[in-house]
Amino acid sequence: MITPDALGSLPETPSQTAGPYVHIGLIPRQAGFDIFANNLGESLLTPATQGERIRIEGRILNGTGAPVRDALVEIWQADSFGRYASPADRQAGERDEGFRGWARAGTDFETGLWAIETIKPGRVAGRHGHRRMAPHVNLWIVARGINIGLSTRLYFADEAEANAEDPVLRIIEQPARRETLIARREERDGRPVHILDIRLQGEGETVFFDI
Amino acid sequence: MNPVAEFFPRDRAAHPPAVTPVYKTSVLRGPHLPLISLQNSLSEVTGPVFGHHELGPLDNDLIRNYAKSGDPIGERIILHGRVLDGSGRPVPGVLVEFWQANAGGRYRHRNDTYVAPVDPNFGGCGRTITDAEGRYWFRTVKPGPYPYRNRVNDWRPAHIHFSVFGTGFAQRLITQNYFEGDPLIARDSILATIPDPAARERLIARLDFNASVPLDTLAYRWDIVLRGQRSTLFENKLAGN
Repeated sequence: MITPDALGSLPETPSQTAGPYVHIGLIPRQAGFDIFANNLGESLLTPATQGERIRIEGRILNGTGAPVRDALVEIWQADSFGRYASPADRQAGERDEGFRGWARAGTDFETGLWAIETIKPGRVAGRHGHRRMAPHVNLWIVARGINIGLSTRLYFADEAEANAEDPVLRIIEQPARRETLIARREERDGRPVHILDIRLQGEGETVFFDI
Repeated sequence: MNPVAEFFPRDRAAHPPAVTPVYKTSVLRGPHLPLISLQNSLSEVTGPVFGHHELGPLDNDLIRNYAKSGDPIGERIILHGRVLDGSGRPVPGVLVEFWQANAGGRYRHRNDTYVAPVDPNFGGCGRTITDAEGRYWFRTVKPGPYPYRNRVNDWRPAHIHFSVFGTGFAQRLITQNYFEGDPLIARDSILATIPDPAARERLIARLDFNASVPLDTLAYRWDIVLRGQRSTLFENKLAGN
């Protein structure tokens, strides 16, 4: 039963872990079967997508440093113009109409690696009175043993100038912790790959946000 | 610019903490350091939009969406309810996804090795988009309880996993619901991660006798509440406007 408080507000439904079989519901092909004609979040890019093609990938490491091989990662990002495909984005200017900005991937059952082919997002307006945010990808991570989805961000090492003035990175008090959000860049087959390992706890614990 | 309508800060007391020794896997997977509090920017108040055209006609009928040679075994049920925000307003047009074990407590998943058999006619997943009044509904068979490795003799009560989108990515929620009257609810280590008994109660679907289909299907009702949103009346002046 949901009982409103004295002012009539309803309490949020509590979170529960996504469990070990999250794949069935959200990425059934990784669970081992085909059921939907259209698998949501499987791919982001079309030939018409504007912007620099990149791959983002990483592992999610538990408190012993071992990869978490049954996690699900969702990304939410702006298009190459810095616009979100959402009615709540009322910024003016050009946008890439066909770009959804949302995708999901599981970590591999063997290697623990997740990867998504996307484009480098543009800079998005910051809150009133703040500078524009540096290009970033919002990450949401769920898994067995994660009781409530974890929110973090992936920033890009090749955006040092923008990162230095990013209003979100700047609220992280210890500069060393900001580094936990900055993906390292590599070239693979002539294409940029941005790699971010997420540490759930312990030394080098990734910054997670209460958004 | 300030975002058009910020979400009220999440009341973490309604949720499980990150590390809950009663559920052992959380001990190595839950962050230890405090979360960094972030006032909403556009990155949090925006979120993906899904359309009916992206779903198939049987996506909310788990009795039929993987049927090969007949219907799956199990108690036929309808699960329905509304997606509301913290102000009690319906949240229309949002994606709700669900997955579950079959009537014997076995998941169609390559990592599930429980002795109960896979049902050849049951996939165990579906999805829908809420209607104009925030309603969702789907048909399925009631999932069975199953054992899992935590304490030596831990069993999950019958439950269905839910993934819900709101209008903003900050509302993203995954949870599980349970069925009224299940004696395993009181023994469940996963539900026990939520410290507040009143919050645990909010995950229990109630038998909705009037929504059942006579001689065919029983119904349960369960409402989902997402974080509320500040009224635009109190919005700060936008930069450049």
